[in-house]
Amino acid sequence: MSESENKLGWRSIPIAGILLEPGSSLKYKTGDWRAFRPVIDVEKCVNCLLCWIYCPDGAIIRLENHVAVNYDYCKGCGICKTECPAGAIKMVEEER
Amino acid sequence: MKQVMGKIIGLTGDEAIAYAVKQCNVDVVAAYPITPQTIIVEAFSEYVHNGEVDTEFICVESEHSAMSACIGASLTGARVFTATASQGLALMHEMLYIASGLRCPIVMGVVNRALSAPINIHGDHSDMMGSRDCGWIQIYAENAQEAYDWVIQAFKIAEDHDVLLPVTVCIDAFILSHSMEGVEVREDEEVSKFLPVRKPSFKLDPDKPITVGALCLTDYYFEVKRQQVDAMERAPSVIKRVTKEYNALADRSYGLIETYNMEDADVAIMCLGSTAGTAKAVARKLRDEGKKVGVIKPWVYRPFPTEDVLEAVKDLKVLAVLDRACSFGAPYGALCSDVLSILYTEGSDLLVFNGVYGLGGRDITPFDVEAVFNEALEAAETGVVKERFKFIGVRE
Amino acid sequence: MVRLKDLPVEELFTSGHRLCAGCGAGIIARMTMKALRGPTVIVNATGCLEVASTIYPFTSWRVPWAHVAFENAAAVASGIEAAYKALRRKGLWDKHVDIIAFAGDGGTFDIGIQALSGALERGHDFVYICYDNEAYMNTGIQRSGATPHGAATTTSPAGTKIPGKPEFKKDFIGICAAHGIEYCATASPAYWNDYITKVRKALEVEGPAVIHVFSPCPLGQRFDPSQSIKVARLAVQTRYWPVYEVENGKYKLNIKVMKPKPIIEFLKIQRRFRHLFQPQFKHELDTIQRWVDENWKRITRLCGEEIP
Repeated sequence: MSESENKLGWRSIPIAGILLEPGSSLKYKTGDWRAFRPVIDVEKCVNCLLCWIYCPDGAIIRLENHVAVNYDYCKGCGICKTECPAGAIKMVEEER
Repeated sequence: MKQVMGKIIGLTGDEAIAYAVKQCNVDVVAAYPITPQTIIVEAFSEYVHNGEVDTEFICVESEHSAMSACIGASLTGARVFTATASQGLALMHEMLYIASGLRCPIVMGVVNRALSAPINIHGDHSDMMGSRDCGWIQIYAENAQEAYDWVIQAFKIAEDHDVLLPVTVCIDAFILSHSMEGVEVREDEEVSKFLPVRKPSFKLDPDKPITVGALCLTDYYFEVKRQQVDAMERAPSVIKRVTKEYNALADRSYGLIETYNMEDADVAIMCLGSTAGTAKAVARKLRDEGKKVGVIKPWVYRPFPTEDVLEAVKDLKVLAVLDRACSFGAPYGALCSDVLSILYTEGSDLLVFNGVYGLGGRDITPFDVEAVFNEALEAAETGVVKERFKFIGVRE
Repeated sequence: MVRLKDLPVEELFTSGHRLCAGCGAGIIARMTMKALRGPTVIVNATGCLEVASTIYPFTSWRVPWAHVAFENAAAVASGIEAAYKALRRKGLWDKHVDIIAFAGDGGTFDIGIQALSGALERGHDFVYICYDNEAYMNTGIQRSGATPHGAATTTSPAGTKIPGKPEFKKDFIGICAAHGIEYCATASPAYWNDYITKVRKALEVEGPAVIHVFSPCPLGQRFDPSQSIKVARLAVQTRYWPVYEVENGKYKLNIKVMKPKPIIEFLKIQRRFRHLFQPQFKHELDTIQRWVDENWKRITRLCGEEIP
């Protein structure tokens, strides 16, 4: 039998290759791409939200008074650390 | 039920197509002019500018954009039409596959014109034959009447949820596109009743966001294509259902193929489009001389009407298949190749020979057609085909 | 004036896409989705953004989204716009839907210019956003009409004889403005306020609007992913990427760079220009600085105030 045995057959998927579930990529956790993870010092964070707007992956979560990282998706690019005006983010090597 | 005869209007093939589109409540037309399709778009532009139709007409800047815009409009749930020929069809070639892959029920009028090079504006089938694998349903009309009738039916076939494939209605360049006939047209209300508003099976809708055109890698592409095959396989029964309904409305006898004097024929000619009209006229003459000849004219070329063709030829001795396009390097022309493959797998002992004719609008005369019939009759007599493949009408 | 905390929290371009770490296109897509004003449909040309965000069966889009082909985002958008118009007129559809076409410089400058030109000339109501990473990045960093002079790409490599791309970058917004459209503008994701404001302005236009936004590409432009926004900022601060808008033919400078950084600051951070720092090609650095200066003079002159 050829590849992808456990995936749905042609009778079961919608026609034309359309995808009916918006945002289904949330099921694909890109967090394991990381070599370094951003760590937020909530004391230093001024909640300016620059890291939030600059994150290519939407992996910064807005909380009441500061931000947090969604490690399920963060690819460890480090833009947040570079752009943080308060120096509240440091990149720490991932341990695997 | 007694049909009411429709009114007869003098229309060229192009005008007949435009008239049919006018009656079909099309939402969007995106088209680019190319001889000899130009009259279709010009006639339709008149309808738009005179308020006779409620259609968004996009004068796109190329045929590739024409099909692109049609796909966009079709994905939005609109009823869409376009028309082209020859180089235009070739230019939109990649988009044809995308239209069928995305299951857009677009209807397109194709005025079959020779492909360059050399540049030639006259009729042959090389343009559509060059795209015959694109996944569109392909219908060939013999005259302006058939073009009119088939355009109306094409929308209903395309939009059927068992099909959802785009459809071309083909007419021969100049011979049909620019020649005037008396075309019996239906009343607007009859067409509206036959063809209600399109009900898309999926569409771009902010209330129900879907993703169309995702990247399907090696693990999903094959399955989506298999679905298209399934749709093509279901198309013949849908076409039969639609033609049955239309035949009752318009007093016609459409189906997948037309057979003419085939009941007791010994030999027959098979061809697509206007040449069938010539063949029928010659067949009538030869029948008067006592020769048992017939004509098989597929209306629907894709999906190939295998069962209907096999049924039509079952008692035949010799079949001459005429192709109005040359498949360079192939053993036989496109139509003949399809016929031979189904005959072979049936174990048929029907004798077949192939003639490629009419390239670049080279006329095929009743004399030419009679010669083909006589050759077939001779083969029926001797049991041997003299020339399996020949060119008809080319100067040596 | 946009305030970050007023922007919606909801992500209509979700996580889980496969764009490279630090990808400018991802930043731009997210920012764009924050700027929407109502029901929106996205048309996406083939390219990095399209491929990485919709690998079957996953999609990062929470709005209706269509990818049709590479060179025809503007033509597809034209068809969608016409369809909504026709259906609304016939009472088969009830609301206005904004249409945004995303395409890279690949699908815009070269193969896509015809479809865009046609759509602009016909005046369809849509927004066209060209995210410009200055090469055909998705197919492996080949040069495009948007690649700047001297940049190394796989089809304009840094050779011993020819150091990178010999030709200069097209004036894309000039081409758009020449169509007489109501609004077109340049932008950089480093200036999020300016960009989001421009997307909103473009959506308000009844007719076509074009935004040309610089898209930093760590992989193709060759710098560390953490530097993406820095590169996008340097592009502006060196005057390499003037940020301006054209409203009904009138040019207006949005970011006045009074004391520009030398172009070398922008070039040295990207290894696609590294070969120009060799002694035999150093004159190219002057050529590029001259091009930047001339271009800046030209643009600011058009804006009515030539800034030296």
